[in-house]
Amino acid sequence: MSPLPLELAVEHCDVLIIGSGPAGMAAALAASAGGASVVMIDDNPVPGGQIWRDGPGVRLPAAATQLRSAVTGCANIQIVSGTRVIAAPAPRALLLENAKRGWRIVWKKLILCTGARELLLPFPGWTLPGVTGAGALQALIKSGMPVAGERIVIAGSGPLLLAAAATASKAGAQVVRVAEQASLGSVLGFGLQLLRWPGKLVQSFGLFNAAYRTSSHVMAVQGQGRVTSVRVQRANGALEALVCDRVACGFGLVPNTELGQLLGCGVIAVDGMAALAVNASQATSVSGIYAAGECTGVGGSDRARIQGAIAGHSAIGHTEAADALRPALVRWNGFAAELQRRFALADGLKKLADPETLVCRCEDVAYGALTPCSGWVDAKLHTRCGMGVCQGRVCGAATRFIFGWTPPVPRPPLSPVRLSTLASLTADARIPDSWS
Amino acid sequence: MNPTEILTLQINGHSVSVAARTSVAAALRIADRASAAGTASMGIARRSVSGEMRAPFCGMGICQECRVTIDGQRRLACQTHCETGMVVEYTS
Repeated sequence: MSPLPLELAVEHCDVLIIGSGPAGMAAALAASAGGASVVMIDDNPVPGGQIWRDGPGVRLPAAATQLRSAVTGCANIQIVSGTRVIAAPAPRALLLENAKRGWRIVWKKLILCTGARELLLPFPGWTLPGVTGAGALQALIKSGMPVAGERIVIAGSGPLLLAAAATASKAGAQVVRVAEQASLGSVLGFGLQLLRWPGKLVQSFGLFNAAYRTSSHVMAVQGQGRVTSVRVQRANGALEALVCDRVACGFGLVPNTELGQLLGCGVIAVDGMAALAVNASQATSVSGIYAAGECTGVGGSDRARIQGAIAGHSAIGHTEAADALRPALVRWNGFAAELQRRFALADGLKKLADPETLVCRCEDVAYGALTPCSGWVDAKLHTRCGMGVCQGRVCGAATRFIFGWTPPVPRPPLSPVRLSTLASLTADARIPDSWS
Repeated sequence: MNPTEILTLQINGHSVSVAARTSVAAALRIADRASAAGTASMGIARRSVSGEMRAPFCGMGICQECRVTIDGQRRLACQTHCETGMVVEYTS
């Protein structure tokens, strides 16, 4: 075994952007305008984020390919894909790791565009192979997973269900049911409100699905080693049993605030979930750190792009350019509020798990072991809930919804890490004196 | 990169051919579909601490259910593109 290197390489940049989805790419482009050195990090193999995920056979929308070519064609933007943030070992420094190396990067301005993940709630059978999130199904199909000939039930809440259904149908699957927990009134109300955002209205027409049912939610999935059927509760209270190969279930999105919180950025509660707090310039509560896109509250890619551009302009002091974008942002904030109001989750979804249903998928902790616990810390100490490799990213959001527990502020390392990278945490990042 | 390019990798000792830019998570399922009739599973990636079979779940690098060994390193299958000659191993 080779000796552990105690000092890793240190790189420097003017503006560091974490996340290369719509917000990150818009931020990079705006921040690059004055010639600043911009580095954009992302843990996926290629830029685009979740919504503009590229893959075999994927045809991206024009907005995505235009923004991506603008960013990749910009000489002072360096795109670093397949790379995770591990820790913040010193002020204005982050520890990074990819498959090949670990290193530190020192920044002058930092823009967090860490996006959102799905709210994945436990129900009997949700750990069976063949059960995924709804956005997860879409992501897996886009990355080349074959589903042709499979019968798929899509469940949960929000416009993402119809988008996932459309992707699955196009890939040759038979979507036998789309179960939306919100009521018909809420969904129709949302549809009518889309008149205010015509682009979204046109988009939603293309997603109509005859298998769509409102006031419906998943009850339990059955199968041995893989999904064979699912029970869905319908609006009239009746249970329907559906034979299927897959169940894709997502209950909306949760902002990814972990890195921001690790850096000390303040959060606000948006719809019961934490989001990074920002001001009109997209600045967080920590000097020099900005945030944009879904990590500041869920509102879609159009809002994310505008927020990203405002953050990028602000980071390099182009306040006029940032100010000019604010009216457009107000418009899309209205869309975000409408989305949250119309697809608010029903209280009944807190009761889907049986005592035997696993809630923490990393440590296999069952719902019955958690019900006597008083909170997140109690649950961790007595059951190991949230102490596995995902570090509570799945069960933390679920127990927040089910029990009202507040997940703790994350601690480094933010992801599983190699020892050789971790060893460097003892060495100090070298920040030039001229910067302090 | 030519999108119609075909890559061949090893998954638990079996050769699997996939289109360029396919994720390892997708390749796990492709390998299962190609396996002997009746045993096809849903792209198993690991066993849980209590022995349950688990397959890719969140699809976007959050849940860690799809962690497998790729060329000797523990990596997430959903965030790794397949490459020719890649060796993927998991506990079935």
